[in-house]
Amino acid sequence: MRGRLVRRHTEQERARHEGATKGRSVVKFRVERDVLAEAVTWVARGLPTRPPVPVLAGVLITAESSGSVTLSAFDYEVSARITVEADVEEEGTVLVLGRLLADISRNLPNKPVELTTEGTKVEVTCGSSRFALLQMPADEYPTLPTSPEPSGTVDGSIFTHAVAQVAIAADRGDSLPILTGVRVEVDGEKMTLLATDRYRLAMRELTWSPTASDASHVALIPARTLSETARSLGAVGTIDIALGSAAGGEGLAGFEAGQRRSTSRLLDGEYPKVAKIFPTSSETEAVIATAELIEAVKRVALVAERTTPVRLRFSDGQLAIEAGTGEDAQASEALEASVDGPEIQVAFNPGYLLDGLGALGTDFTRISLTGPLKAAMITGQTSQDGELDPSYRYVIQPVRLAG
Amino acid sequence: MSRRQFQVPRRIGDGSPDDTGCTVLHVDMDAFYASASLRTRPELVGTPVIIGGGGRSVVLSATYEARAFGVTSAMPMTRARRLCPQATVIPPDHALYAEISRAVMRVFEGVTPLVEPLSLDEAFLDVGGAVRLMGSPAVIAQMIRDQVVREQGITCSVGVSSTKFVAKIASGLAKPDGMLVVPADEVVAFVQQLPVAALWGVGEKTEEALARLGLRTVADIARTPRATLTQSLGVATGTHLHDLAWGRDPRGVDPVRREKSVGHERTFGADVGDPVVIRQVLLDLSEKVGARLRAQRLVGRTVSIKVRFADFSTVTRSRSLRDATDVSRDIYAAARELYEALGMQRARIRLVGVRVEGLTGSDSTPVQVTLDEPEHGWRDADRAVDRAASRFGAGSVRPASLLTKGGGRATEEDRGDLD
Repeated sequence: MRGRLVRRHTEQERARHEGATKGRSVVKFRVERDVLAEAVTWVARGLPTRPPVPVLAGVLITAESSGSVTLSAFDYEVSARITVEADVEEEGTVLVLGRLLADISRNLPNKPVELTTEGTKVEVTCGSSRFALLQMPADEYPTLPTSPEPSGTVDGSIFTHAVAQVAIAADRGDSLPILTGVRVEVDGEKMTLLATDRYRLAMRELTWSPTASDASHVALIPARTLSETARSLGAVGTIDIALGSAAGGEGLAGFEAGQRRSTSRLLDGEYPKVAKIFPTSSETEAVIATAELIEAVKRVALVAERTTPVRLRFSDGQLAIEAGTGEDAQASEALEASVDGPEIQVAFNPGYLLDGLGALGTDFTRISLTGPLKAAMITGQTSQDGELDPSYRYVIQPVRLAG
Repeated sequence: MSRRQFQVPRRIGDGSPDDTGCTVLHVDMDAFYASASLRTRPELVGTPVIIGGGGRSVVLSATYEARAFGVTSAMPMTRARRLCPQATVIPPDHALYAEISRAVMRVFEGVTPLVEPLSLDEAFLDVGGAVRLMGSPAVIAQMIRDQVVREQGITCSVGVSSTKFVAKIASGLAKPDGMLVVPADEVVAFVQQLPVAALWGVGEKTEEALARLGLRTVADIARTPRATLTQSLGVATGTHLHDLAWGRDPRGVDPVRREKSVGHERTFGADVGDPVVIRQVLLDLSEKVGARLRAQRLVGRTVSIKVRFADFSTVTRSRSLRDATDVSRDIYAAARELYEALGMQRARIRLVGVRVEGLTGSDSTPVQVTLDEPEHGWRDADRAVDRAASRFGAGSVRPASLLTKGGGRATEEDRGDLD
């Protein structure tokens, strides 16, 4: 009886000891408050509030004696990783709650921060502030996709703007998962971003610098992830993009800017053929000042309900916008416009129309129409009589009556 | 077929009833489905005839000869056959009923634009504006009765009064093939002679509640203080009944009244557990609902299904579409999705139904079409099917999957309704 008790005791001890060295490892480093706060905030930004597995709420911190600390987060779809300089005393890996660490580091006084493991806790010390965070089991954390070799480089601000222009047209529902993505196609120096939810379609062409001049890839990246990634990387100079086999497999795309690296899972499936959706000719073309048009549509749309359209009537030198019929509230407004071609009236979902106009980013808007029930194309130009900028095209399907 | 039979109250006035101010007409076809079906079976006129399917379906309509045996609508067919074994049973022909209904409604619309259809076979008319041109309400009512029987070969009964609910009671009392005028100044006396069940809004539950208060006639309600009524029946029902008991019914004839939903259901001859059969039936019902919506130029945004199991427990599920539709294929897609979501493991099913709700006029409902919608898509296919059906009969063009079995239609019964 006594012997058995003793034996059990030693087993427990061993287990506890193993846990401390295996799951809860040791680390000790010192880092600047701003550096830590920025890094944790960036890494933790996409962490799920209710993770499917508890460890996914963590940020993995790896300190290397060479003087760097890498913070990583991963939710099986998106991975984010950032490396910062630090004064590392003991190298190792720990896992702590990401959002909590981000909140703490943002609120610390502006002094060097020290992270040290103390048994099952991670101590964060800064000046006279002291926090103890519970260690999460780092050995249960999934392996992050390896950082891929870039397939090419793109200007950060151009890419971020392009993604924002296109992502608005991606589907937010769940009826057809493939349409929740942005289709990224690379053909040599030409990169084409495209998204559609079947009611409108946005396409943007831009130039990038591929590592191989004959680069050719097609990747379907979830729109939400792509815009989030682009926005968080865009501020920094250029972005390296890894596609295809360079990304370490067909199912992944990688992005890297400075010390920030992220990967995204790709959507799987055949993207619908969209080439024939672009109108090849038009009957009526109108050029209108973008800002005025947006303002007017917004005002008139105030009386439009969920499904009711705004009606645009293009006639000589004028665009009349109206909404509401019969017993409903009605609104109308007229704008100056240079209209070329026969008079035409067409009805649009005001939200879809405003999405496209807002994404243009040019002072003037060109609307090309072929018929009241045919898809219309919206493009931008810098002046009333200026050159058309074909790099961004927004195609929108009109609203018709059910009868 | 009215729920309960009442005696015609005694008149207090003398001479011919004064129809001044009695501008509300309630026109109700007599045994509509039965009369309509007998147009092509004249040899059966004057004999008991029941309209309904086989097996476990219910009576849709019956001739007055069959009603004499106690047959009423909504009674199970098996019971009706027992009560009246000598009756001829005719399966319903909904397309025919819809066609006659349209023609009859056109007669009404020739009299006044203020026509409020309640179902295929009854409507309220406000003839206030037609009096100067066509004569007194009673004269107009007689004209309508004559024209309907002349054009359609079936009779109708008309109630004439100053309010909707009295006109409706009057038409029920005038049946069959009759007319009853309740003069405006006799309305109170008229309604107060009726039992409480005659009032609009009094079903079995309310009738029981009134009986507990010792109220059996409308006069009893009229003499009961409002406060007592609202206390035991709730504010809405209490005030409503008290108003009616004094002949007050502020509802006008509302011509823009639209159907709230269109549905079709099928009761199986024997319970079905095979999901393949259920899907086929859902497709068939969706086709029918779509056709009805298109015929009435309506579209709807919400699709619902109803499944009744062998033990009579019933589930309904609904889902709203992005845009209103009248396309059979869209309705079926939603119905099937709802059915699959029930995740049933070959449960024995007695009845399935498909319904479209949230209806609006198709000529005024905007639809956001997709960029890739073909110029001639399923909408046009549906319309082609409708045209074929109008020439060669319903079901002349059907989805191929319904051509083989359709689930043993002979012993089953479909029931469509507008709500």
